[in-house]
Amino acid sequence: MRISVDVNGRRYDEDVEPRMLLSDFLRHGLGLTGTHVGCEHGVCGACTIQLDDAPVRSCLMFAVQADGRSVRTVEGMSDGDLHPLQRAFHEHHALQCGFCTPGFLMSLEPFVRDRPGATDEEIREALAGNLCRCTGYEGIVAAVRQAARDRS
Amino acid sequence: MKPPPFGYEAPRSVDAALALLDEDAKVLAGGQSLVPMMNFRLARPATLVDINRVDALAYLRRRGGVLRIGALTRHATVERSDVVARGWPLLRQAVRHVGHPQIRTRGTIGGSCAHADPTAELPVALTALDARFHVRSSASARVLDAAGFFLSYLETALRDDELLVEVEVPALPAGARTAFAEHARTHGDWAIAGAAAVVAPEHVAIALLGAAATPLRAGDAEAALLAGAGPAEAARLAGALVGDEWRAALTTALVRRALEEAGA
Repeated sequence: MRISVDVNGRRYDEDVEPRMLLSDFLRHGLGLTGTHVGCEHGVCGACTIQLDDAPVRSCLMFAVQADGRSVRTVEGMSDGDLHPLQRAFHEHHALQCGFCTPGFLMSLEPFVRDRPGATDEEIREALAGNLCRCTGYEGIVAAVRQAARDRS
Repeated sequence: MKPPPFGYEAPRSVDAALALLDEDAKVLAGGQSLVPMMNFRLARPATLVDINRVDALAYLRRRGGVLRIGALTRHATVERSDVVARGWPLLRQAVRHVGHPQIRTRGTIGGSCAHADPTAELPVALTALDARFHVRSSASARVLDAAGFFLSYLETALRDDELLVEVEVPALPAGARTAFAEHARTHGDWAIAGAAAVVAPEHVAIALLGAAATPLRAGDAEAALLAGAGPAEAARLAGALVGDEWRAALTTALVRRALEEAGA
């Protein structure tokens, strides 16, 4: 099927099989390998992207469903300088291997934008849908706290 | 893993969707349960009827004191709705436990009900609220209550040619307070047990999560409360409906918590 989708502000017209997951379309169809694929059943959060500005699991959508919609991936987060949330991750050592990081950034960017005064408990709830096996999450919570504070 | 090939249809109206439904077709709503099952190849529908472009099914409106929720309404919409927060707080209390924000962006009310997982939060809350389920096929329409709609584990009264189009929720009795309590290993993970409670001067509803193959009303506990029993005694009666010992203990504790939070 022919689809037309806006990804990070650029329009792509591509042919896809209906069964192609949006995550695979981004990685293999468009070469945007910043979106990572972990569990492929919606648990790990590594494949999180933004669909019309709201975070979604790209492994739980088919590419055909993105026809006519706007997608944002981690590649669209900055145009040179790091996004403030990326910088906070860097400063607080909120990643080690980095596999989960794009998913965390895509999930948490709208949260930081919408909830500048969030408590630690709210931050922990907001990131519960993304798994990190390296950091123990403390650095991630600290990074989100700082990004939220800088925003307010 | 990836799903096997399937036919794909994306109708734009309810009638067009209904015309496509048969024994080989499966409705794709938010996809937050169906797509994982397809990725695992536990579900292998020949044709997917994707209703995400049927805009007429995405609504949430109050009319004559009754809340009408279109089947394609997203969990996130219910979570953020002032109408829901003011008139049907139990739905807001329950929906916050559904998966994670990323899941609630896509997941739909109709999909959650039609999937009929007995550990899903919204079917339990809707059971406590005496919701009615509006079902259509090309040839007919019918309205079911929760006991008629939820038949067993992942099984509803929906026939192959039928679509759940709307969930209708009556107004709460005057002075009602509500609460939802559940236990999951981490926030957003599948709940192991839970309870939804509605408490008003002359009305009590208690629905249990994970207690049976469907959401379960705890009738004896409701009657006991109305007859003057306290939350602890009512919770004990509700817990007694659950088979295994530890889950019964968990259910008892959660029912008691929900009842006390709702002012019983």
